[in-house]
Amino acid sequence: MSKLKIKLIALGLLVTGIFAWVVTTQGPLAAIKVTLDKATTGALNNGVFGMGTLEARHSYNLAPTLTSRVGRILVDQGDRVRAGQLLAEMDAVDLNDRVTSSQQAAERSQYAIRVAEAQLAEAQSRVKTASSAYTRLAELREGGYVSQEMLDAKLHEKNAALAAVASASAALSSARLDQVRTQADASGIGKLRAQTRLLSPIDGIVTARLAEPGVTVVAGQTVIQVIDPKSIWVKTRIDQKHAGLVRVGQPAEIVLRSQANKVLPGVVKRIEQIGDAITEERIVNVEFAATAAGAMLGELAEVTIKLPQLEKALSIPGAALKQREKQDGVWVLQGGQVQFRPVQAGLTTLEGRTLIVSGLAEGDEVIVYSQQQLRPGMKVKVVKELVKAKP
Amino acid sequence: MINLAGRDILHGWGKFVFTGIGLGLLIGVTLTMAGVYRGMVDDANVMIDNSGADLWVVQQDTLGPYAEPSSVRDDVARDLLGRSGILDAGNVTYLTMQASAVKQATGQRREVRVMLVGFEPGKPGEPAYLVAGRPIVRSHYEALADLKTGFALGEKVRLRRHDYTVVGLTQRMVSSGGDPMIFIPLQDAQEVQFLKDNDALINERARTASNPAFNRPNVPGLLEAVQASQTTSHFVNTVLVRLAPGADAEEVAGEIRRWKHLQAYTRAQMEEILIARLIATSSKQIFMFLVILAIVSAAIVAFIIYTMTLNKMREIAVLKLIGATNQTISSMILQQALGLGLIGFMVGKLSATLWAPLFPKYILLLPEDAISGFFLVMLMCALASIFAIRAALRVDPANAIG
Repeated sequence: MSKLKIKLIALGLLVTGIFAWVVTTQGPLAAIKVTLDKATTGALNNGVFGMGTLEARHSYNLAPTLTSRVGRILVDQGDRVRAGQLLAEMDAVDLNDRVTSSQQAAERSQYAIRVAEAQLAEAQSRVKTASSAYTRLAELREGGYVSQEMLDAKLHEKNAALAAVASASAALSSARLDQVRTQADASGIGKLRAQTRLLSPIDGIVTARLAEPGVTVVAGQTVIQVIDPKSIWVKTRIDQKHAGLVRVGQPAEIVLRSQANKVLPGVVKRIEQIGDAITEERIVNVEFAATAAGAMLGELAEVTIKLPQLEKALSIPGAALKQREKQDGVWVLQGGQVQFRPVQAGLTTLEGRTLIVSGLAEGDEVIVYSQQQLRPGMKVKVVKELVKAKP
Repeated sequence: MINLAGRDILHGWGKFVFTGIGLGLLIGVTLTMAGVYRGMVDDANVMIDNSGADLWVVQQDTLGPYAEPSSVRDDVARDLLGRSGILDAGNVTYLTMQASAVKQATGQRREVRVMLVGFEPGKPGEPAYLVAGRPIVRSHYEALADLKTGFALGEKVRLRRHDYTVVGLTQRMVSSGGDPMIFIPLQDAQEVQFLKDNDALINERARTASNPAFNRPNVPGLLEAVQASQTTSHFVNTVLVRLAPGADAEEVAGEIRRWKHLQAYTRAQMEEILIARLIATSSKQIFMFLVILAIVSAAIVAFIIYTMTLNKMREIAVLKLIGATNQTISSMILQQALGLGLIGFMVGKLSATLWAPLFPKYILLLPEDAISGFFLVMLMCALASIFAIRAALRVDPANAIG
């Protein structure tokens, strides 16, 4: 056999070998590659993630009680205000005149009382005079010095004076009541006048100035909005599926969209009683642990609520948990073939570890990643990783 | 008896092998083209398989969600869950769009055409397997990306108004057009689909505000309410339904069509829509090209063998002169032709297998195609050698001495 022939045969074998290797490992006949991982026991840091917007817990929309025109506005957005400070005033129209008029009326009623008092005094004096004249005539009549007719005339004079006293005292009472009425009127008009002034109910910050002088607003339409900056919290929307373990007082981490690299500590302050039925979300209010500088209302925030840590929990990578016919389970290798093993799975943490309640023991190997959807009895090849991590 | 064919090949083996390799590359191109065609059909099939659905519930009178736009209210899924025969139903949105990511190392922006899929974790529509990373656990701004997108784990991908973090990678998750898929939570996907960009939002608000019907001075709050209603969307493109074991797909689909006023497609119907309608012309185009390429390859193989024999006319004449039988000469030519075909097929299969993963779209090389290709190549070589044999047998032995 010539050397050349041997060489050629060797070359032929080499080519055939490469061909066979390529066909069985690279093409459609290659075995499905999978990776394995063990179920491990350890502490699981559990958490719930949600998105929210910054809102003030106490927000005051100041509005006039009557439809009116805005007279003047004394503050602008961002101004710090004190409780009781005048922020805006509606145009009073004729209210000032009505206040003056009612005050005048109240004053006038004072004089009416004095007139009535004087009239009463005069009537009382007339009663006194008429009584003594009558007594004197009555003594003379007993002696027969005057006629009966004269005595009768005096009696009538006395009775008339008594009636005048009654009338004058009634007039005085009426004047007194009149004074009470006019004073009440004046105070009522004054209160109406005070309603046109919008005062700050709290020490806070003006967040909105929604009308300008000269604009007419209807009753109840907000002109100025004031919030309490200490009451800013994140109104967080949590998927109802994950919201079951959230409790008031749990710590949270807040990342504001404007400060994406900063994690601000917070705490769950309130869980709202009514959830959102359409979006299937629960609303959880998370307060900042310290006042967040530069936070603006309406800003988007990412909230991660930390749930109590689970000690000694059996877990597998979340990618290993699959569902077949609504049954949770994992794929395991048995004698080189894949099999589906049903398990009872619990929550999945934010790091992607899934809690295993039952169905697996510590150290059991499960298939995590695969190049194709697995079917029972499939032949697979175990590799370390399917995708080379990019540096 | 010595093997004449072998001796002849050994005599000019370099030429023979290189002719074989050249032929092989041509066969490789033909096999690849068959793979392109198969891959195209497979892209459509794999999308149906990966959705994990038995029924597609879409808008009435549409061929949605892949072949035509379709929009359905997202509470339909809950209605469907209550019907008998239905095990599970999941809302899904599909949107073909441009995703971009900034490479951290170089700062370059890279754009990829993707099909954005919004799904509910744990419901039909979720990718059935991952090759790296973990499933989506946060309810917002996490994404699973197909390997073909080129995105890596931990990379931030910009989709319209938000950045999404790639937390898991999938493989072979493509649209019927071959665009790789990116999976994000349903609510985010609805926002991407309907909320557009900030400029559009502001313009839309201004348009509403300038409409006197919505902006009424004596009804404070009306404008805000109208604007709020414009920025929420509760539409999805399809509801994927998984049937309970033993339920009849056609029966359940018929019930949905009749009573829910929606269109429902079974798996077979969806395959028909995708393969017979959506990719029909483009796949036919590729198939025509494959046919022509196969014919051209066959012709070239025939010519090569024919000319190879013609080049050896003098040697054949000598063989005849020394008394070689017709059978000896024919078998030599046939063996050489088949040998050439064998080398060609091996080189072709090898090259097609090796360069197939480099293609941007999926190339499916089926073993059946390779086997039928092998027999076709051998048949072509045998047929081509008949012409060469005829020419060889007709040669006059006198030619040997000129």
